[in-house]
Amino acid sequence: MKIELLYFGRPGERLNISRETADVPAGLSTLAALLAWLRLRGEKWEHELTDDRVRCAINQEFSGLAANIKEHDEIAIFSPISGG
Amino acid sequence: MTVSISIQESDFDLASELVALRSCSSKAGALVSFVGLVRDFSNDGKIENIYLEHYPGMTEKALDKIIHEATARWNLLGARVIHRIGTLRPNDQIVLVATAAQHRGEAFAACEFIIDYLKTAAPFWKKEQTGQGAQWLETRDSDVQRMEHWRSQAEGKAT
Repeated sequence: MKIELLYFGRPGERLNISRETADVPAGLSTLAALLAWLRLRGEKWEHELTDDRVRCAINQEFSGLAANIKEHDEIAIFSPISGG
Repeated sequence: MTVSISIQESDFDLASELVALRSCSSKAGALVSFVGLVRDFSNDGKIENIYLEHYPGMTEKALDKIIHEATARWNLLGARVIHRIGTLRPNDQIVLVATAAQHRGEAFAACEFIIDYLKTAAPFWKKEQTGQGAQWLETRDSDVQRMEHWRSQAEGKAT
């Protein structure tokens, strides 16, 4: 299953990535499962993408970690926002 | 109702923005503006600069939604939001929220609502550079509390 991943804020900088097209396992159905899958990439990912450190958006809407993901979704992973 | 949103690296001129907003309606009796600035201090010491990034596409949508919620609550005639991105230095302008309404009460309330809501719902990220290193800032509890206050007010009205 192909999804678009975008990274902003601290995780984007620390993992040195702004976007990628990821081919995730078909059974992966929630944001929480996606984060767990990304954490398998190594120690840095494990450290940066813990559930309490990141926030997510699906197709440009803020979404909780229990939210469902599907093929071709645009999923953004970021640190808590700090504008204004 | 005139709504204008800009995300830009360049600075803005408050006076000319207010002239433009003023011309949106001859019914306007009040203009209110808020300008957010870069402070020169933080918990980690003196700030050398800050770096701001955002989520292109989502930011514009989020700001549009925020302004429309303000319009649903108050009788606004115009709203202007400018948010800067990139590298900024102490005393630089970061954000402008300006509102026009028939009466000052509505203009004041809507302006405050928009900046409070922006702080908790618009996808911007700020990194502070001090002598101690760089630090990504996170949503402040006090900002979340201000937004919860607006929400509870809305629920109070509804019941």
